Amino acid sequence: MELSELWFILIALVFIGFFFLEGFDFGVGMSTRLLAKNQTERTVMVNTIGPFWDANEVWLLTGGGAIFAAFPHWYATMFSGYYLPLLAVLLCLIGRGVSFEFRRKVDDPKWTEIWDWVIFISSLFPPFLLGVLFTSMLKGMPIGQDMNMTPGFFDFINVYSLWGGVTVTLLCFLHGLHFLTLKTDGVLRQRAAVLAKKVVWTVLGALVIFVGLSWLMTDIFEVRLVPELILVVLIVAAYGLSYMFNRQKREGLAFSMTGLGLAFTVTAIFVGLFPRVMISSIDTAFDLTVYNAASGNYSLKIMTIVALTILPFVLGYTIWSYYVFRKRVTDKEHLTY
Amino acid sequence: MHYKNKLKGVLKVDPVLLARIQFAATTIFHFFFVPLSIGLVLMVAIMQTLYVVKKQELYKKMAKFWGHLFLINFAVGIVTGIIQEFQFGMNWSEYSRFVGGVFGAPLAIEALLAFFMESTFIGLWIFGWDRLSKKLHLACIWLVTLGTTLSALWILSANSFMQVPVGFAIKNGRAEMNDFLALVTNGQLLVEFPHVITGAICTAAFFVAGISAYNLLRKTSIAFYKKSLKMALIFGLIGSIGVALTGHTQAQYLVNTQPMKMAAAEGIWKDTPDPAPWSMFAWIDTENHENQFEVNIPYALSFLSYSKFEGSLKGMETLQQEYTEKYYTVVGEGTSYIPPVKTTYWSFRLMIGFGVAMMILPIVGMFLWRKGRLETSPIFMKWMILAIAFPFLANTAGWIMTEVGRQPWSVFGLITTADAVSPNVSAGMILFSTIMYLLVFSILLIVMVYLMVREIKKGPDAKDALALKNPTDPFKVGA
Ligand code: HDD
Ligand code: HEM
Ligand code: HEM
Repeated sequence: MELSELWFILIALVFIGFFFLEGFDFGVGMSTRLLAKNQTERTVMVNTIGPFWDANEVWLLTGGGAIFAAFPHWYATMFSGYYLPLLAVLLCLIGRGVSFEFRRKVDDPKWTEIWDWVIFISSLFPPFLLGVLFTSMLKGMPIGQDMNMTPGFFDFINVYSLWGGVTVTLLCFLHGLHFLTLKTDGVLRQRAAVLAKKVVWTVLGALVIFVGLSWLMTDIFEVRLVPELILVVLIVAAYGLSYMFNRQKREGLAFSMTGLGLAFTVTAIFVGLFPRVMISSIDTAFDLTVYNAASGNYSLKIMTIVALTILPFVLGYTIWSYYVFRKRVTDKEHLTY
Repeated sequence: MHYKNKLKGVLKVDPVLLARIQFAATTIFHFFFVPLSIGLVLMVAIMQTLYVVKKQELYKKMAKFWGHLFLINFAVGIVTGIIQEFQFGMNWSEYSRFVGGVFGAPLAIEALLAFFMESTFIGLWIFGWDRLSKKLHLACIWLVTLGTTLSALWILSANSFMQVPVGFAIKNGRAEMNDFLALVTNGQLLVEFPHVITGAICTAAFFVAGISAYNLLRKTSIAFYKKSLKMALIFGLIGSIGVALTGHTQAQYLVNTQPMKMAAAEGIWKDTPDPAPWSMFAWIDTENHENQFEVNIPYALSFLSYSKFEGSLKGMETLQQEYTEKYYTVVGEGTSYIPPVKTTYWSFRLMIGFGVAMMILPIVGMFLWRKGRLETSPIFMKWMILAIAFPFLANTAGWIMTEVGRQPWSVFGLITTADAVSPNVSAGMILFSTIMYLLVFSILLIVMVYLMVREIKKGPDAKDALALKNPTDPFKVGA
């Protein structure tokens, strides 16, 4: 295997990590309006992700940095081409990042209410926008010979990409609900479980439509029929199992299944792309691939050594921090955020 | 005809200019928070260490109170940093294509090595007061400190590459890395990193000192703020001496690597006499290449540049010729290699001026401390309050000098700023995003200052967390 192919896989893994982890805290952010009934419940919810959300977001930054270092052309084409959606993502991440810290710094429910709305909106839109971004990437964007993308409105916004955005948002929402069943107690835990049982059907419906649209609008089933079909089966199975485990009150397993569902979905996208990293809708000759977009071999070698050395430590202390905060969060205790 | 063209130039907004304004505005804003985070987390870590070792509650209170202010600042530091990471691709895509293979690596390593550490352990620190053992909890804040420092190291190694490119070869029409070790032992990094870190220590020291002075003037929590002020004075002295020494090594390095920047920073048009005087004040005429009303300190520039009282420096006119011979293959003939002289000149003077002031104040403070008159000197206290702004201004001026003085280059000798910009992004889009960022930044700044003032007014004895306003009634909110 060439190093550039290895880096394609590593970047896919970073995005799997991102959606698995930040996916649930986006979902918890959405639940602050769709599940919580009052400010106390919102406070409990925010505190379930309090120690984690920042590190989860770093997965996205690492993904961006890794693309920059390993595939400079991919980074340049994607970030300059998706200018406005990324601007929107950035503005959301800014609002979200400060809201957690600010929301209870003033002893006034109205103040908290404002920042809680920021948390909700900025948890809802990034998964949607990233969903739009990745699905329109699968469909292909107008990339010219000079590798630059000059998209029009309908390249971003069309039935397929919007549906991709909605689907990703729903996947994150369900994942967040399962996280709440795992991390809260009492009525909140029960309500989250009940709502999750309903949402899972919507998710399955959305996924079926999404697969159908992908069949029509993209070439991923032509390029990799068998792997993609296997992944579709795995995705559906994961969500089916999550429903079953939720009914059996095996919350850890149910949460793992929606995490796996997200992981398989991201995998399906990357498998469909490979070996391309950006598909040109103008001419396949203009596609960016892992071969023509990559950095020099020396750079990739250094990066491989560095990444494989550091990653175990990162995973180690990440797991440790989840272990430290393994207890359920309730309104009976001192809540920091 | 001539005027018409000029008018057109004014009306048609240049994307390069807009992208530069956006980069300058967002990094300067990011760097208001960065040095305070780096310096303050170190101070908090030391306070908490004193608490764990000496077991005095006062130190715990200090760690908590200054820790709260640190967290508010840290949150804004993080969110303003995210923009920076995306900006290279959004506005500077040609730049990213050209140097990504070299420049991207430190950025990726920064995320992997530093950001994960910072963010995970800050979570553990915030939420871990009652869940972790004292020692483990202390280790967390030290790991955050390590994380912020490593983050500075890696991003500055990326910046150093832009100042003094090393460890690469031009291959396939772009810069490709061929020596990682050279990149991380870049001479520029070795002088830049200590300067930035000592600058960060100054920033936190004067922040803590100023707020303490304000409260001592108001006569609230005297024991607490006196202790804080004393600690801050020590930090301030160490930091300001450090920043001057490291600044000196930077200047020496600069004369060799980017002589044009140094010449611009000194307003030197023609080669200087030997020994060279340091210009304290000059009215610079960039059109006729001359200065009026000069006030000079003899020998001082020779000393700053070479650590001895002899040696001359080349002027911008000589350097323009030298650069033209050397670089016309890269950028074509007829290019001016002279950066905006006045900006470079005055930002250098601002930085040094504040640096000197920041050295004098802690010395005065320590003198008063020894005399036992520290909290009874209102004039000194008022100066310390004013001095909160000094390191922020010095930091900003330092970066403006470093970055503006590098122009017209983006990466020195390799690619100009004008060639670095994204070709497919319109001026309108950059303008729009800049306005959005500035809008959001204004809100952030107002809210942050408001919260800090509140926190300071509440003082160190305030209760830790708010009670929940509307506890759930399990019978009312049924499942
Ligand atoms: C000398 C230090 C320094 C400099 C020059 C910069 N930063 Fe910074 N940055 C930090 C030092 C730092 C920090 C100390 O690590 C921060 C700031 C305050 C904070 O809370 O973390 C941070 C936060 C921060 C974050 C958020 C990290 C997180 O989520 O935890 C990102 C993505 C960046 N920065 C990226 C950049 C980029 C791309 C820069 C180049 C223009 C840049 N920073 C300049
Ligand atoms: C007291 C005497 C000082 C001297 C002689 C000095 C010297 C320098 C020089 C020569 C540079 C440019 C380096 C380059 O372009 O490569 C620089 C940059 C800078 N200075 Fe200073 N400085 C001083 C004080 C300060 C102070 C007090 C601060 C802030 C607290 C500060 C913060 C900075 C920063 C942030 C930069 C930009 C980053 C860098 O290039 O290191 N400086 N300084
Ligand atoms: C946070 C501290 C920093 C500040 C305050 C700062 C300040 C500035 C300013 C004022 C400019 C505009 C210069 C001009 O266009 O005339 C600029 C440009 C730029 N700087 Fe920095 N800078 C900082 C750190 C960095 C770092 C760490 C990097 C690289 C990792 C960097 C890379 C750039 C780039 C790519 C540009 C745009 C291209 C250019 O104008 O050359 N800067 N910066």
